[in-house]
Amino acid sequence: MNIVVCLKQVPDTESKIVLNPDSTDILTEGIKWVMNPYDEYAVEEGLKIKEKFGGKVTILSLGPERSIEAIRTALAMGADEGVLLNDPALEGSDSYATALVLSKALNQIGYDIILTGKQAVDLDCSQVYAGLAEFLNLPYVSVIVGLELFPDQKKAIAKRETEGGEKELIEVSLPAIFACQKDLNIPRYTSLPGIMKAKKKEIKKPGLADLGLKPEEVGEAGSKLKKGKYFLPPQRKAGMKIEGEIPEATAKLVRLLREEAKII
Amino acid sequence: MPGIWIITEHKEGKFKKITYELLSQGKRIKEKTGEEVCALVLGLNMESLATLLGPYGADKVYLLDDEILKSYANESYAQAITGLARTFTPSILLGGATAQGKDLLPRVATRLGTGLATDCINIDIEDKGLLKITRPIYAGKLLMETTIPQSEPQMAMLRPNVVEILPQDGSKKAEIIKSKPDLKKEDLKSVLKEVLKGESKKIDVTEAKIIISGGRGIKAKENFKILEDLADAFGEGTAVGASRAAVDSGFALHDIQVGQTGKVVNPTLYIACGISGAIQHLAGMSTSKYIVAINKDPDAPIFQKADYGIVGDLFEVVPLLTQEVKKLRAEG
Repeated sequence: MNIVVCLKQVPDTESKIVLNPDSTDILTEGIKWVMNPYDEYAVEEGLKIKEKFGGKVTILSLGPERSIEAIRTALAMGADEGVLLNDPALEGSDSYATALVLSKALNQIGYDIILTGKQAVDLDCSQVYAGLAEFLNLPYVSVIVGLELFPDQKKAIAKRETEGGEKELIEVSLPAIFACQKDLNIPRYTSLPGIMKAKKKEIKKPGLADLGLKPEEVGEAGSKLKKGKYFLPPQRKAGMKIEGEIPEATAKLVRLLREEAKII
Repeated sequence: MPGIWIITEHKEGKFKKITYELLSQGKRIKEKTGEEVCALVLGLNMESLATLLGPYGADKVYLLDDEILKSYANESYAQAITGLARTFTPSILLGGATAQGKDLLPRVATRLGTGLATDCINIDIEDKGLLKITRPIYAGKLLMETTIPQSEPQMAMLRPNVVEILPQDGSKKAEIIKSKPDLKKEDLKSVLKEVLKGESKKIDVTEAKIIISGGRGIKAKENFKILEDLADAFGEGTAVGASRAAVDSGFALHDIQVGQTGKVVNPTLYIACGISGAIQHLAGMSTSKYIVAINKDPDAPIFQKADYGIVGDLFEVVPLLTQEVKKLRAEG
């Protein structure tokens, strides 16, 4: 079974995000870069599938050179090889262009199962898996919290989280794409031997021409969304702490919610 | 002729609130461009429901009524919508940033070769018909502006609870146009086998008007009961949420987690009980209209974001609050 996990390196969720001086991006100084949290579930699921059915887990990432650390983390967890797409022309790719580029790489790697996170926690677009499905003409299930494979029948049943605690069971033919949500599994930690082994595993870096793409098809030129200014959301001011004994304070809070906020 | 299209959502024979929010957003765009607002209704036996959309601003309703569309699936719905969009070439196509919208619209956008903005909190239109979209990134730690200048339809997913629903005009009727999707069951690669209902009957946190949220201070799973009691006292439109600390400690399920690795919410009132206010939590709820913090620790960062705070033990404050809310609601 050829399992490919697409992942992205993003700022740690505890990072303070600071605007750059011309408000076009964030300042990268002081940012701790990590594997996108949802992609950890995708890597773990890939490894579990390999353990059960055999095969190979390839990690695919589009991003700058530093993304190699996130690939190494996945390799240390137990994945077999990595592919980093870091051609400078790719910079500024939106979800559409990213999906196009990844689809070309996926065609070269070969796949039976493609796993991604349900969204990257940086730009929060949550679109690449669907774009991949479209470029590769595959079915997909998003926001999965359960996955059962039946490789001899070339099918899978995924549990998809919708809203209000509801789940759907969806059967898809393989190959297929799955976008992973927390609760799917518990990602394993990297071990020291794993980290040592990962250092020797191969990470390929194909260029744009190797993928059969032209610079105008990717990056900002190939993107459908044009990026505008970044800015800070309106900052909230601390309001009032309601003083006094708890019963009085609570009664006052309810009155304020009715009279000022007009909620109750 | 090109129009402003909106994808409706319905459940158990009722349109979801996001449908009316999308129609109101469509009407606001129409005021500037004059293009007609068209609602797409997909499902089975939807005709009587479809007539409700005219008063909310739909000039036309494209009704795709077919057995194959009875329950939502990204494959069949994307095929039906893109088929229609290729025929009628709308200039704008809007949907909800909901579980369905996020699953469906990226596939539609890619197939139509156009751009799609996720989770939009403001959609303006400029003179030349270009949408100027504002959306949060880094879970709301920043906002960004974006446009889709070179392809049509310009597509956006509107976050629930950000657009005020305009008053309805009972005299207005939409023209209903029936269409058949070009779909065969045997061509579909995915099929919905079963829907597993959730434990709670409450609405999703992303749609709730009021959220009562518990953090590490709640101490045990059973103690969420006092938050549920408060939610019940507030009544319809109220949901219970949780911080990552509460979910990681096993007190609550992830599907009610609020924050950067959970859901980003936008209610009128957010009551944080025993939540200290980590960056990743604040990112997910700081656009709430009113925030109330209840925490034992007077220095908890959550108080810096709260409109009203009570320094105290949530196990004392919350039940009293439930009583007070009940009393006030009983008075009317």
